[in-house]
Amino acid sequence: MSEKLRGAEIFVRSLIDEGVEFLFGYPGGAVLHIYDELYKQDTIKHILVRHEQGATHAADGYARATGKPGVVLVTSGPGATNAVTGIATAYLDSIPLVVFTGQVATHLIGNDAFQEVDSIGITRPCVKHNFLVERAEDLAPTIKKAFYVATTGRPGPVVVDIPKDVTANVADYVYPEHVEMRSYKPNTKGHPGQIKKAAQLILNAQKPMIYTGGGVILDNASEQLTRFGRLLGFPVTNTLMGLGAYPASDPQFIGMLGMHGTYEANMAMHHCDVLIAIGARFDDRVTGDLAKFCPYAKIIHVDIDPSSISKNVKVDVPIVGGVGNVLGELNKLIEEARFKPIDRETHAWWQQIRDWQKLDCLRYDRKSEFIKPQAVIQAVHRITNGDAYVTSDVGQHQMWAAQYYGFDKPRRWINSGGLGTMGFGLPAAMGVQLAFPNEKVVCVTGEASFVMCMQELSTCLQYDLPIKIVSLNNRYMGMVRQWQEFFYDRRYSHSYMDSLPDFVKLAEAFGHVGMRIEKPGDVEGALQEAFAMKNRLVLMDFITDQCENVYPMIAAGKGQNEMHLAPGTSERELA
Amino acid sequence: MRRTISLLLENTAGSLSRVAGLFSARAYNIESLSVAPTEDPTVSRLTLVTRGSEEVIEQITKQLNKLVDVIRLIDLSEGSAIEREFMLIKIRASGGEQRDEVARLAGIYGGRIVDVTESSYIVELTGESVKLDAFLEIIGARRIMEVVRSGVLGILRGTKALRA
Repeated sequence: MSEKLRGAEIFVRSLIDEGVEFLFGYPGGAVLHIYDELYKQDTIKHILVRHEQGATHAADGYARATGKPGVVLVTSGPGATNAVTGIATAYLDSIPLVVFTGQVATHLIGNDAFQEVDSIGITRPCVKHNFLVERAEDLAPTIKKAFYVATTGRPGPVVVDIPKDVTANVADYVYPEHVEMRSYKPNTKGHPGQIKKAAQLILNAQKPMIYTGGGVILDNASEQLTRFGRLLGFPVTNTLMGLGAYPASDPQFIGMLGMHGTYEANMAMHHCDVLIAIGARFDDRVTGDLAKFCPYAKIIHVDIDPSSISKNVKVDVPIVGGVGNVLGELNKLIEEARFKPIDRETHAWWQQIRDWQKLDCLRYDRKSEFIKPQAVIQAVHRITNGDAYVTSDVGQHQMWAAQYYGFDKPRRWINSGGLGTMGFGLPAAMGVQLAFPNEKVVCVTGEASFVMCMQELSTCLQYDLPIKIVSLNNRYMGMVRQWQEFFYDRRYSHSYMDSLPDFVKLAEAFGHVGMRIEKPGDVEGALQEAFAMKNRLVLMDFITDQCENVYPMIAAGKGQNEMHLAPGTSERELA
Repeated sequence: MRRTISLLLENTAGSLSRVAGLFSARAYNIESLSVAPTEDPTVSRLTLVTRGSEEVIEQITKQLNKLVDVIRLIDLSEGSAIEREFMLIKIRASGGEQRDEVARLAGIYGGRIVDVTESSYIVELTGESVKLDAFLEIIGARRIMEVVRSGVLGILRGTKALRA
């Protein structure tokens, strides 16, 4: 049975029928009919952010932590443009978002009306798909399609642009149960012949390497991956986006790879003879110089997106399909072959890897008079039992969190890997904390990133979000400073943050708790004190060593075996 | 490598710009592009000619296929296909001798004169792009007043058809 409803009612009913829990948004002229309907219900919780960028990042954090799509509502014009950074952030990391943007009334479109912008045109290159809804009767079917497209296949953000008159007009309401799109049919089952071929290569490898990315997390395939790893006994590395997909505390895990990956992971990539790439996309921050990438390896690549395969690196055995399905099939074949996992004590390849591990590439000066950022991350790990949800911003602190936290579970590490969006961490943490009110949520940030979206402290107060903000404050844009030190002859052009605010007072001004920690000996105690305040947001301003760098580092355009190591690390013959 | 790619596209507002935007965003080459609705008004047929290495062409077809509005795609250069282009050309033609020559050349190339003034002809011509190029060359830049080309259209030979 259908009923006649106004567009704005159809919108709200559709979201309810879709099972939407939180709507991150900010009102404005073009969406006022919708806001009026939101006022009349309490099924969907609307989270009022302080800036539309915060809405998209919060929805994104929610999506990454829960696996459910994040939902956003913003007004036309500046509402939409402010949301774009968050949409692009989600796009680069394949995060399912449905972003509703208000639009001026259909008869005004193209007239340069007040708060009019071509939202469809602006977002086109950074969405999986977008829709302009031209009639109230199209609203419910379009919303259904938007959620379907955002969450299936390779996930991604979808924008739905809704003109104001569409929300005022009346139409029949039925929320469709199914959606059928002749032009969109993602394939999730891998080709059996290709899977067999891959299994052959895997079972005969001498120096195998498992390299997995965000795709494993997106497909909720950590269990299958862990089984795969254990059945084989092969070394495993994760990309920045893939951390937590394979437990970091497992002895087969040899650390993150890439620009700031471990020495052993990058060396093992360089020397392996069979590379098993799963849900990873051979990003330039992972491969370094493509001409020098994995020179000895036959490459198997499993990915849901055919266009990811052989985009950067030509592969030998491509398998298009959901990584969970394909790993399940591979596991069956390995079991049928009665393969005995390679022995970490005796296998020559593991002996080689252990040798590389002896370099202890993540070593840092523990006796420094300054607070070392790495030590802060390790202390956070101890105090949270390695079981917190950790969001981060972008820069050095992000790399340290990735290197030193050691994620044992998927969806715990939440960062902007692809787009590298500073300002992501705090709003993303809001989305996570809303989804999991009883879990520990930590935002690891730096003072430069933090100030980019610090207005959301106000949102945190409104919704009682007891996020623990760990700010590694070195008074520099640390990663920029590091590159300037290495590649620009220490000309620190505009990377110093002069006249920073008093972060303790800032936190207090927003109604939260602020702490400043200046001595290494105070780190642990401060963290304990902060985490004991279960119902309060605490902003911890750690005054850290200004000159600390992230090691190891592969300079852009260099090969995987050409790493900068921390000073004092015994540099050995590479490759 | 020159490739002719033909695709069926949802005939919705903005679907063409998704195709065009993909080419500019990913720095792919586009030589010609033509698009019009089919017998099914919800479907447009688009033919485009592009150039690139084998890897680039592979990426182009994959990226096009990934667009949600693309229903089906075929690389016409992979099989046996018929490719045609249509051209309208306005040619300076005054004086008996010059007019006779243009008319004669149009005839040789299988073109038709569709408009006549005292000092010009408009010729319509259909064929493979190389034939159109050859006609333009023989007419010569001095006599050409204006050229309009449709871009390449293509269809597979035989009974196999590209349908939604």
